[in-house]
Amino acid sequence: MQSLSAARVNELRLRANDVRQGIIRSLVAAGSGHSAGPLDMADIFTALYGYLLHHDPANPEWPERDRLLLSCGHIAPVRYSAMANFGYFPVEELLTLRKFGSRLQGHPERVRLPAVETTSGPLGEGLAQGVGMALGAKMDHKDFHVWVVTSDAEHQCGLHWEAVMTGAKFALGNLTAIIDRNFIQIDGSTEEVMPLEPLAEKYRAFNWEVLECDGNDMAAFIETAERALEVKDKPQVIVAKTLAGKGVSFMEGDYTWHGKPPNAQQADEALHELQAERERILAGA
Amino acid sequence: MRSMEGRPDTAAEAMHLVDYHAGDLKQVPTRNGMGEGLIEAGSRDRNVLGVCADLSESTRFEGFKKAHPDQYIEIGVSEQMLVAMAGGLAAVGKIPWIASYAMFNPGRSWEQVRTIMALNETNVKIAGAHAGVSVGPDGATHQAIEDIAIMRVIPHMMVVVPCDAVQTKKAVLALSQTWGPTYLRFGRDKSPVITTEQTPFAIGKAQTFREGGDVAIVACGILVYNALIAADQLAREDGIEARVVNNHTIKPMDEDAIVEAARVCGAIVTVEEHQKQGGMGSRVAEILAAARPAPIEFVGVDDRFGQSGDPAELIEYYGMGVDAIKAATRRAYARKREKA
Repeated sequence: MQSLSAARVNELRLRANDVRQGIIRSLVAAGSGHSAGPLDMADIFTALYGYLLHHDPANPEWPERDRLLLSCGHIAPVRYSAMANFGYFPVEELLTLRKFGSRLQGHPERVRLPAVETTSGPLGEGLAQGVGMALGAKMDHKDFHVWVVTSDAEHQCGLHWEAVMTGAKFALGNLTAIIDRNFIQIDGSTEEVMPLEPLAEKYRAFNWEVLECDGNDMAAFIETAERALEVKDKPQVIVAKTLAGKGVSFMEGDYTWHGKPPNAQQADEALHELQAERERILAGA
Repeated sequence: MRSMEGRPDTAAEAMHLVDYHAGDLKQVPTRNGMGEGLIEAGSRDRNVLGVCADLSESTRFEGFKKAHPDQYIEIGVSEQMLVAMAGGLAAVGKIPWIASYAMFNPGRSWEQVRTIMALNETNVKIAGAHAGVSVGPDGATHQAIEDIAIMRVIPHMMVVVPCDAVQTKKAVLALSQTWGPTYLRFGRDKSPVITTEQTPFAIGKAQTFREGGDVAIVACGILVYNALIAADQLAREDGIEARVVNNHTIKPMDEDAIVEAARVCGAIVTVEEHQKQGGMGSRVAEILAAARPAPIEFVGVDDRFGQSGDPAELIEYYGMGVDAIKAATRRAYARKREKA
């Protein structure tokens, strides 16, 4: 992590704050959608688009770009907000989320918005497609990297583990999975609905390189991702512990915010909090 | 070629069919055409891949594995993975042919097929092997007779069911060069080879294999042969001249050919190794109900599951043999005459 200065980290934290504000604005305009997951993944998506990915927002189909797949399509607002904030489309377009004719479908669709790489929503399918892309890249000696963001609860899907097995079989060093480990799902805590622990040990048993970090700590996540990128002989997974609803106090850690948007008043409160956070970052806190 | 009645069989000549009236036709499983076609497709385009879920021998992908080891991928018993991973491969420029039994792919993997192949518009090709009750002794768990129905309702999907091994090979080559999500259905058991290298083949273009103006028998898959034999026997026994259409592309179906068959013949019989509900015949009925209503009789499995047995015995038992096609054709013809 040679290049990551404290100033750069602070700049990325500001961008993550922008991404969070975009999430709240788009969700309140949509009147439906998921709040907790998008907010807790704002730091990671900012790290990816703002630092880790080789990509070109002006040329979203650049063949050599790194592929970023969002397996848990329901947290699309964070991806859309990050894409808008990093130049893929105007930030105002975020207000079309989930509306008729919008490119920003309730769950992302590649045909409408090619830069999302694939269509997702049905859970447990993203890593499998990432395995295909990484294997195709390897067969053609391409250098791009494949990143797949997954939720923790989609580890309850059988197909996800088929993909974990396959990634290991083909020793896909060009594949990194990121788990949004926020411990919540629609029906409650993941460990009550269908226990996932010991999650890291499961991946180790499947012959993956396992890294763990705080997914809401910008510097720690980037440092962990860079360590993952050094692994060339097997796929890597980053178990990123996140706080559901991160950045909006009345949503934090509350699973009931998994699948609903803020109302107008709650959105105002959320934006007020995020603005205060922004000022603290600017003040160097 | 001459028909049984000694008249010139112009349709069969135009289609360069073998003399299917002869008793000693070459018998080759349609899956062999899959295997041969894939090897050639893989030579023509190095982006063509063969991907298997543990059934490389029985789906006839083994030859491809030997001929093109660098284009072959084995992932074990995981059919959902087969589709999803192929979506990823296609997204980076590959043309993956994914092989399993039709019962498992698309039977098990339907949602992945819908989302990742069709909604996501990826160039993935499903090789659906062991379709129909003619799988035989393996029994009902392995006999896909609902697959046409579940695939033809998916937007963007191409669905092709060739009539013999030679046509299956042509279909593999044509589909490998045609962009789009695809389902190719073929079978396990040996079946008569009725087409030749010269027989034309184009996706979406139905073929008249026998001329006739009294009834049109619209068939797909290995039962096209039974339809031809039934038509010849009906001409001899009843004087009914049936047109036989090889309707190999279920989607996009050749609507003009179907409407034309109804216009000329005035009555239709559909023949498929599939549930009557929702399959090729249902699509024919949809087209004609909207464009040119005509009496229709359906030959297929009647809302039942299959069972173990010899393929020929099962085809007979489930009502898809030559006699069943003849009976359905007589019914359709009688209904047409009642109407007149």
